[in-house]
Amino acid sequence: MDQAQPLVELTGATVRFTSTVALDRVDFRMFPGEVHSLMGENGAGKSTLIKVLTGALVPDAGVLTLDGDLQHFSRPYDAQSAGISTVYQEIDLLPNLSVAENIWLGREPRRMGLIDAKAMRRQAAAVLEDLGLEIDPAALLGSQSLAVQQLVAIARAISTNLKVLVLDEPTSSLDTDEVAELFRVIRDLKQRGVAILFVSHFLDQVYEICDRITVLRDGALVGEYLTTELLRIDLVQKMLGREASFFKARERAEAAVEPQEAFLSARNVSVGKGITDADVDLAEGEVLGLAGLLGSGRTELARALTGVDHLSGGIIRLEQKDVHLDSPRKALSLGVVYSSENRRTEGLVGEMTIAENIGLALQAQQGPFRRISPARMRELAASWVEALDIRPADIDVPVRALSGGNQQKVMLARLLALSPRLLVLDEPTRGIDVGAKVEIQNLVGEMADNGLSVVFISAELEEVLRVGDRVAILRDGRIVETAPSSDLNVDSLMALVSRPDLPEA
Amino acid sequence: MTAVETAQPERRTLTGALGTFTSRHAAVLPTIAAVAILIVLLVGAQMYFGNFLTARNMSALLLDNAYLMVLAVGMTFVIVTAGIDLSVGSVMAFTGIFGASLLASGVPLVIALPAMLVSGAAIGLLIGVLVQYFNVQPFIASLAGLFLGRGLAFVVSLSSIRVEDPALLWLQSTRFRLGDWYITPTGIIAIVAVVIGALVMHFTRFGRTVYAVGGSAQSARLMGLNVARTTVMVYVISGLCGGLAGLVLTAYSGAGYPRNGIGTELDVIAVVVIGGTLLTGGRGYVLGSMIGVFVYGTIKTIISFMGAEQSWTHIIVGGLLLLFIVVQRAIVARSERGS
Repeated sequence: MDQAQPLVELTGATVRFTSTVALDRVDFRMFPGEVHSLMGENGAGKSTLIKVLTGALVPDAGVLTLDGDLQHFSRPYDAQSAGISTVYQEIDLLPNLSVAENIWLGREPRRMGLIDAKAMRRQAAAVLEDLGLEIDPAALLGSQSLAVQQLVAIARAISTNLKVLVLDEPTSSLDTDEVAELFRVIRDLKQRGVAILFVSHFLDQVYEICDRITVLRDGALVGEYLTTELLRIDLVQKMLGREASFFKARERAEAAVEPQEAFLSARNVSVGKGITDADVDLAEGEVLGLAGLLGSGRTELARALTGVDHLSGGIIRLEQKDVHLDSPRKALSLGVVYSSENRRTEGLVGEMTIAENIGLALQAQQGPFRRISPARMRELAASWVEALDIRPADIDVPVRALSGGNQQKVMLARLLALSPRLLVLDEPTRGIDVGAKVEIQNLVGEMADNGLSVVFISAELEEVLRVGDRVAILRDGRIVETAPSSDLNVDSLMALVSRPDLPEA
Repeated sequence: MTAVETAQPERRTLTGALGTFTSRHAAVLPTIAAVAILIVLLVGAQMYFGNFLTARNMSALLLDNAYLMVLAVGMTFVIVTAGIDLSVGSVMAFTGIFGASLLASGVPLVIALPAMLVSGAAIGLLIGVLVQYFNVQPFIASLAGLFLGRGLAFVVSLSSIRVEDPALLWLQSTRFRLGDWYITPTGIIAIVAVVIGALVMHFTRFGRTVYAVGGSAQSARLMGLNVARTTVMVYVISGLCGGLAGLVLTAYSGAGYPRNGIGTELDVIAVVVIGGTLLTGGRGYVLGSMIGVFVYGTIKTIISFMGAEQSWTHIIVGGLLLLFIVVQRAIVARSERGS
């Protein structure tokens, strides 16, 4: 395949957002009739690369050739007419229109200037049949299952002069049979010489369907590999980066972690398809690290433990008492606090000052009628700014002016002001610089020493090991193992995270 | 995939047929509900008064509400894109008084009529550009259009201007009769507006793009549709309909009056919603809006038959509106659960 001419070739793609480089001189290529996977953790630049490829984003630098011709896409329409179509995870079709219209919209067959609905349905039926699908073309798209909607999106794509099909997390909401059907369609398209970019965080699926893998990390290219020549564990290591021997576990207070009375004890917790039968035990003053790849259910578990999402099964006990955490508010009143991984969108209010952001949750907990006096609030905020070393140490600065690390500290201060018993931190160190990372990690350690129980989620394995007293390993929504972090090193953890029982390894 | 394959044999059974119907036409249900309510109202009124369902009465229903029907056509386009146009009442007042003053100063109708339509469309264009290119909320942009239209109406004249032009009066006074039934040219204008509106909505790419924008502007853009042009165009169409309604109302009342149509925008929104168009966009029918106008007109007529205060119209329409929005929410919630 290597001798063939690449169908798509992207060289030196660079995308800068205001301060960060999302994509740094990345080269990427795809051959006709191959299924290619793009791998990387959150923030590795996968979606940015896809956007460049599909015309949704214009790169600051870089050259894109398709079939040997130089291309400049300034909008999705350009990419589509050149033959690059995309099916997004959130299916970007129109649920209020029929299946046939979704396939032909913008290109409807017309007779005497008016749309010929009958011909449109007939042609749609032909396209669907060509893919081996039995879907009523006249049905409203919204009345169909997500899997069918996805296949309709593919049908729309192939009804053009399709050369490249980009599938962004196409299987995340499909069940096994539906995935099999999708793979059948993918293999069919592959036969026709279409290049398919298959982006998924399910390693099994990547290994089942893909011929070639490109790995990105922190916006840079790690490398391009043939699937058959890349072991899973190597792939995971390339995605997460860093040599395993480079890190050592954090110094821990000698006091051996006696299995004390569990503060939190969850049994058989299930949430939809995300989490199955998870057992979690957490003692007072203990830090439990949650390790797992993107999509393994780490965020879902955090949300389940903190009342954000409803459990579909299982029980949660706090201090031996059954609790029903049906809302974050209820969880808060019991001292259970969640810090979202999206601190900008789900946490801080950028326009408000540090003091206001810190006081927000406390005021909400107090209720609107017992107002915290501004003086009291400022005093409180100032003490937290000092305790957490937030910079600038000016509580009247709007939060959006702060660096990522300091924003995270403001978030922590807000939660700590509630004097919680259990703190669930979802990727608290994502997107912040190394120095700030270490500070946050140390803070978590100090908080635990003061008796706070912490669940610490991170995509970086060495960080989980450093911070956690014990580590729970998640794979495909299940906790596959919980072990003291002193028994693990980055290598063994990586093997657990990526799946140890490799037949070919 | 199994679900898809088993759907085929099921279709032959009765429940299967019903399933096929709802999977294809779930959006029609609110409009069917509007038709049902209209029938209940008409039959109920006939049973109560005994002389309600007469040719005269029914013909007057169209005549009295022709301007509302024209406005409802334009409003349907706007609401299907998930927008709103509050300016229609004052655009109608402005174009009406503008036309009346042109005619009064001796300008022939062949010039006054296009001038009315163009000035209505111009205000619509302004709103559309504000919404699309300056990212102003449709509510605010069309509120600006409302004040602009009303202000311009008062600039033209502070008091009403009588219309003497025979061509304009002909639109109202001529009655094409069929037995006791009659229709005026203004009624024909309204019906033609509905027919053209329905054809454009269902059988042109522009019309389908209107639905696409209402379904999800983001998706429509990613599908390569011209969202910007469509968004601007729906407000232009609504403005144009405002101008046409100005003509119809001026003919109907025989005068232009700058205070015409205060609050009419809300009546128009109400009839469009009662006719089965979702305020959240993406679903709705021009024909449904016509039914909505008939429901509204029937309620008004019933109240005047009873000799009660006309303010009851607004109370009943308000109640119906509430009912319809709840019904629509239920239907949407059900179809979302179904998927």
